[in-house]
Amino acid sequence: MSDTSDSTGDAGETGDGRDGDSAAAADSDAAAVDADAVRHVADLARVRLDDDEVDAFTDQFAEILEYFEALDEVPETERNEELVNVMRPDEVRDGLSQEEALSNAAETEDGFFVGPKVS
Amino acid sequence: MSTDYNAFITEETIDGDADAEGPLAGATVAVKDNISTEGIRTTCGSEMLADYVPPYSATVVDRLTDAGATIVGKANMDEFGMGTTTETSAFGATKNPVDPERVPGGSSGGSAAAVAAGEADVALGSDTGGSVRCPAAFCGVVGIKPTYGLVSRYGLVAYANSLEQIGPIAGTVEEAAAALDVIAGPDPHDGTTRDLAEVDGVDDDQNYAAAADADVDGLTIGVPTELFEGADERVVETVEAAIDDLEAQGAETTEISLPSVEHAVQAYYVIAMAEASSNLARFDGVRYGDRADSDGNWNESFAETREAGFGSEVKRRILLGTYALSAGYHDKYYQKAQDARAWVRQDFEDAFADVDVIASPTMPVLPFALGESLDDPLRMYLADANTTPVNLANLPAISVPAGEADGLPVGLQIVGPKFGEETVIRAASAVE
Repeated sequence: MSDTSDSTGDAGETGDGRDGDSAAAADSDAAAVDADAVRHVADLARVRLDDDEVDAFTDQFAEILEYFEALDEVPETERNEELVNVMRPDEVRDGLSQEEALSNAAETEDGFFVGPKVS
Repeated sequence: MSTDYNAFITEETIDGDADAEGPLAGATVAVKDNISTEGIRTTCGSEMLADYVPPYSATVVDRLTDAGATIVGKANMDEFGMGTTTETSAFGATKNPVDPERVPGGSSGGSAAAVAAGEADVALGSDTGGSVRCPAAFCGVVGIKPTYGLVSRYGLVAYANSLEQIGPIAGTVEEAAAALDVIAGPDPHDGTTRDLAEVDGVDDDQNYAAAADADVDGLTIGVPTELFEGADERVVETVEAAIDDLEAQGAETTEISLPSVEHAVQAYYVIAMAEASSNLARFDGVRYGDRADSDGNWNESFAETREAGFGSEVKRRILLGTYALSAGYHDKYYQKAQDARAWVRQDFEDAFADVDVIASPTMPVLPFALGESLDDPLRMYLADANTTPVNLANLPAISVPAGEADGLPVGLQIVGPKFGEETVIRAASAVE
């Protein structure tokens, strides 16, 4: 597995030398991705990639992110969305049975899901 | 027949209520394979869910069968709805019944192809950035993307919740509208659905099928220059001829400008990828979905499961979404995309102060040849230039056949104000 030093699962960093400084990110050079950055993001997203995929994604991400750069031209806009919370009484309702909820799991035991080992 | 175009992933039947009456009684319906069907596998076009059998049906499926429609199969689609051609399906590409050398559009390509090939009377698709309208345009049929909140998403496997709606595809505007009559309406299982009785300025007594009366006398149609620039000349000519025909029937046209839409594709992809990266985190092989054989710990097992289960386009969007949300890039991409979304919404609102509907090509291009765009994701994204603004603004839109260019179908897109479905249906029925 192609790994980087940090796999805490906290998306606090996006790659070696990319320490989340927004001034650096605003610089188009810093926004370009290299293979290590692709590997790091894949690690954060828990998606393993083979080397060919890393190479293809590195080129494609550079092109796509360059296109996204045009968002810099968008003016700050007031967002007056009419969002309201939708509430309902907290009452017991019919839901899936335990058997139904477990019916698609790869592995179950005593009515529980069985996941992979933690370490 | 179905094997010819590969329109279906699974061909199984759910019988409709035999005692039901109404326009959908006895109709056959193809359901996109990201809409849950109890007891019938629902794959989302993905290896990940190849064996997933939902224990419940989506609200829209129950409403169709209650109205007497019979579900005849689960339609092929781009994996998790991510694509514009139906070529990213793990179950092989669907062919366009109009020209089997070409794609049917996507992501609801199987749904549109099933209708175009006569394998179903009506189909359901889902439209996150154009996924109902694009295949409708490419296959020469009608597709409706409803206002956000009109149709329940309960049982729709989520890709980008804030953008997507389930919508009908059919051979005529009236048939598509009749299907919308059946699936529309509030659902306690989806908190984002709206009860039209509680929406200001909207009559809650909507009858979409009856609105297909082709009466456009006095209707004002805005024609935005931005959605014609850069489009294929053959598409522009066909669409302009259809708009001229509406004018001849008594509609008035006026040129308008929507400057924000130049940024719609960028904003759409940043938001959709960000939401996808979060939504698809659930596929870890524990509660459902394929699980890779792995000796590793849970992080390694998840990563291997997701490597094996997802195709390239899905991985690409999850990774770019993760990137766009990460510290240092969140403000640059995600926040700016939300600004662009608000700007697009404002632009449409301003335009609808002066016009009743807005017309443009649905797709700026003719249907791609099979394989033509698969290795060039950005080119595929750019084809969504005219459809994505509608999702960003939560508006209703329809794609109706405008005619043909070089023997290939061209779709006219008509966009209306929020919950203005009757108006877009009325205008579209005059194009037929």
